[in-house]
Amino acid sequence: MTVPLPPPRRLVELTVDGAPVRVPEGSTILDACGGAGQDIPTLCYGDTLTPKNACRVCMVEVEGSRTLVPACSRKAEAGMVVGTSTERARHSRKVVLELLGSSVDLSTTPRAAEWLAEYGARPGRFGEDAAKVEQPVKVDNDLYVRDYDKCILCYKCVDACGEQWQNSFAITVAGRGFDATISTEFDAPLTDSACVYCGNCVEVCPTGALSFKSEFDMRQAGTWEESRQTQTTTICSYCGVGCNLTLHVQDDQIVKVTSPHDNPVTHGNLCIKGRFGYQHVQNLPSPGTSGTPRATSAGDITSPGTAPPRADATEVATGGRT
Amino acid sequence: MKKKRAEHYDRLTHPLVREDGVLRRATWEEALQRAAEGFRRNIARHGPDAFAMLSCARSTNEMNYVAQKFTRVVAGTNNVDSCNRTCHAPSVAGLSAAFGSGGGTSSYQEIEDTDVIIMWGSAARNAHPIFFHHVLKGIRKGARMFAVDPRRTGTAQWADRWLGLNVGTDIPLAHAVAREIIHAGLHNTAFIERATEGFEEFAASVEPWTLAAAEQVTGVPAHAIRELAHTYARADRAQLCWTLGITEHHNATDNVRALINLSLLTGHVGRYGSGLSPLRGQNNVQGGGDMGAIPNRLPGFQDILDPGIRARFEQEWQAPIQPGYGLTLTGMLEAMAEGKVTTCYLIGENPVQSEADSLSCVKRLSMLDHLVVQDIFLTKTAQMADVVLPAAAAWCESEGTFTNSERRVQRVRKAVSPPGEARDDIWILCELARRLGHDWHYESSEQVWDEIRRMSPAHAGMSYQRLADLQGIQWPCPSEDSVEPPFLHGRLWETDPARRGAPAPFAVLRHSPPVDLLDEEYPLRLTTGRTLDSYNTGVQSSGFASPLRAGERVQLSPEDASRLGLTLGEEVRISSRRGSVVAPVHIDPGLRPGLVFMTMHFPDEVDTNALTIEATCPIAGTAEFKAAAVRVDKLTGDGGAALSHSGQVAAGAGEFLAAKAR
Repeated sequence: MTVPLPPPRRLVELTVDGAPVRVPEGSTILDACGGAGQDIPTLCYGDTLTPKNACRVCMVEVEGSRTLVPACSRKAEAGMVVGTSTERARHSRKVVLELLGSSVDLSTTPRAAEWLAEYGARPGRFGEDAAKVEQPVKVDNDLYVRDYDKCILCYKCVDACGEQWQNSFAITVAGRGFDATISTEFDAPLTDSACVYCGNCVEVCPTGALSFKSEFDMRQAGTWEESRQTQTTTICSYCGVGCNLTLHVQDDQIVKVTSPHDNPVTHGNLCIKGRFGYQHVQNLPSPGTSGTPRATSAGDITSPGTAPPRADATEVATGGRT
Repeated sequence: MKKKRAEHYDRLTHPLVREDGVLRRATWEEALQRAAEGFRRNIARHGPDAFAMLSCARSTNEMNYVAQKFTRVVAGTNNVDSCNRTCHAPSVAGLSAAFGSGGGTSSYQEIEDTDVIIMWGSAARNAHPIFFHHVLKGIRKGARMFAVDPRRTGTAQWADRWLGLNVGTDIPLAHAVAREIIHAGLHNTAFIERATEGFEEFAASVEPWTLAAAEQVTGVPAHAIRELAHTYARADRAQLCWTLGITEHHNATDNVRALINLSLLTGHVGRYGSGLSPLRGQNNVQGGGDMGAIPNRLPGFQDILDPGIRARFEQEWQAPIQPGYGLTLTGMLEAMAEGKVTTCYLIGENPVQSEADSLSCVKRLSMLDHLVVQDIFLTKTAQMADVVLPAAAAWCESEGTFTNSERRVQRVRKAVSPPGEARDDIWILCELARRLGHDWHYESSEQVWDEIRRMSPAHAGMSYQRLADLQGIQWPCPSEDSVEPPFLHGRLWETDPARRGAPAPFAVLRHSPPVDLLDEEYPLRLTTGRTLDSYNTGVQSSGFASPLRAGERVQLSPEDASRLGLTLGEEVRISSRRGSVVAPVHIDPGLRPGLVFMTMHFPDEVDTNALTIEATCPIAGTAEFKAAAVRVDKLTGDGGAALSHSGQVAAGAGEFLAAKAR
């Protein structure tokens, strides 16, 4: 008996910015661009999710196509001639970044500043009156924070929470047009929603609109320094499934937990315990105490320092040792 | 929303020794000396079998290997076991009796590619959420799913059919499924003839279990049993998964064999997409057993009774190995009561709170002459020790490997430093071994691992480099040059009898209802389990602030709550024949009348295991956590409030120990 192998995939050849590229059939233009060494900005694209075509920053020009095409979802075809840096593609990307930058806080979006500079985008050109998606930060639980000021409505969190991974359906898009926003049912706090705090939405959020409370608090305090952090992948200790955890460590403290997206066990997903249940290893006794548990319920069996638990065997032996 | 947060534990940061009945801070030198001296004294006085090791299913393969080597070489006994005994030992016993190997036969990917999924006694949606992601992928790709569980769990909410059986009637249900398959002519005769034995006896043994008889005993409608039988038998590929709903019973190994019988009957084993998956409750339960931290197997799950295998280990270790089985955890506790085990080295376990009938466990541990506990917290068990050794947390403070439920060995890496003077488990074991006359030196966990690879053919091909490159490797992996299929027992489908190997035997089983009988005084069936955000005795999961955590509650069906006149949040007394506790009421429409559910996550508030029964599986030694007879009473007002959130039994244990102190 053997494992069924997928059928062999043919290679298709196309041209990206004048250079020939060969990719397996079924690959996207984005895959082909990666293969050709082209670095195309993406926001709504997720390596563990089905493309949503929401953000339009990855648009490229394909010869013979009336419109620009989204690189993240359009399949590469034999003979395609793709231009990633044509004037039309660059202009489109610039306008998309300007519209996003004028309405959304991109301050925690990785690489956003670099892209704005690269494409000469000036979000300020729409003036002071440009509409913004401003709303207060939602801090309604101890584990993660929602700052929809930074939300570009890419739908990745909705897909991760919904049928693509978690199947909890705690959030979706509410409202229409510019007033559309990601929301729980009736905009209730997370604690009254279907949320199970797996943090799989935070894992895929491209802008930092969703962030772990630990990271949010450290950023507020000005102590979040990614350049000083290490990332180490290990295995979760909570059950036998064997989820891979990437521990982000700063000053010998775990500050955030993610999971490798290409891992065969997790595909980047975790549960509440794996994602947030690390604090027990770094709960240290306050100086001066001797490392005793703080649990002091009436049912304490022995408080250390009071009862020597040695019993004389003969007194309580059920079988009797005499 | 009601929030309740158990008080958390602080890490142990230096060794402790008991002096004048009190644990006080000690240096490593003093603590190690005291620990070693106590072991030496007891072994000299009572022989090697007075020593018992409880190894840690939470720690690495490397540590478990060194711990069992310590037991067999330094102490000279096979009394080594771990908490796999409280959960999945029956799966190992059942699978190895049928197939000669104790691992689940399938991999997670296969459940995405199968046609029928049966989740039997498994609340995986909440207890194994990421495994359930794979199940959900399978369902989204068109697989049909059946949930067999007394409770309508989160898993059942995703099922095509939920079979809500009475607690402890798994064998009648499995037998009725088997009989229906046979009578409908849907059994795989070619597979049965070639790859199994004992079919005739088995078929005769299930004959009394008609659909009608099974409906009466299990409470599952006959048509639902029939539908499950036909769907499973007709499927091209089918996966049968189980968890503690099967194994935490007094006849757990029989339960496991009953499910294995179904796979043999239909040929749903040994093929891609068809197999048997027991889901492990702890991160390295599979690995601990694989590493020989069980009383009957040497590393690589090799039989300790085989003289040839023993000889290999004796040569490698330069020490004789006792040619017999040691004591299981359950046996150790009994031997403590009988005064046969007088010293115990307990690593990372909390039996005082995790064992059924917890008061009796306290009594037994208290009778030891010398107890050494190695842990990351001063648990209730550690508070009873003579010497407490502070350890590093395996999963983030040490290097090594864990083995998961699909037999995948994966690298564990050190990301942070252990706090204070806490040290790596293997370092501590080696320091003790050295003080007991065995000069062990392991420079790294990789050095331990390479010794394991030499001794265990199933792990031989897994170098650390390969484990990193391939994101883990499933055993068996005998060679560095190849990767085996992700499923086990493909040999059963070989046409050549020589390559097919030993046939898999059907098991002839008898129904044995739960030991703790329901009667007028104790009319409700208590079953226990996990919730999504908490874990075991809560020592670990109390460390973070979960918005979902509501503390311990007794969950009742709306019908029972109404009959007893109970309202949501009201505190009630829950009593069994062994003890009683007080907890608030929660009403769960997923429970059927007569069924009560509690977790074991908050023992400091409500000691659920004061209620459970220590009736154990005679083969695997797992206790019947899933079936106790209880009564639920309204509090009468006097004194009840004073005892709220604290188990009466736990308080009783405190008095008992205080009395001893006087």
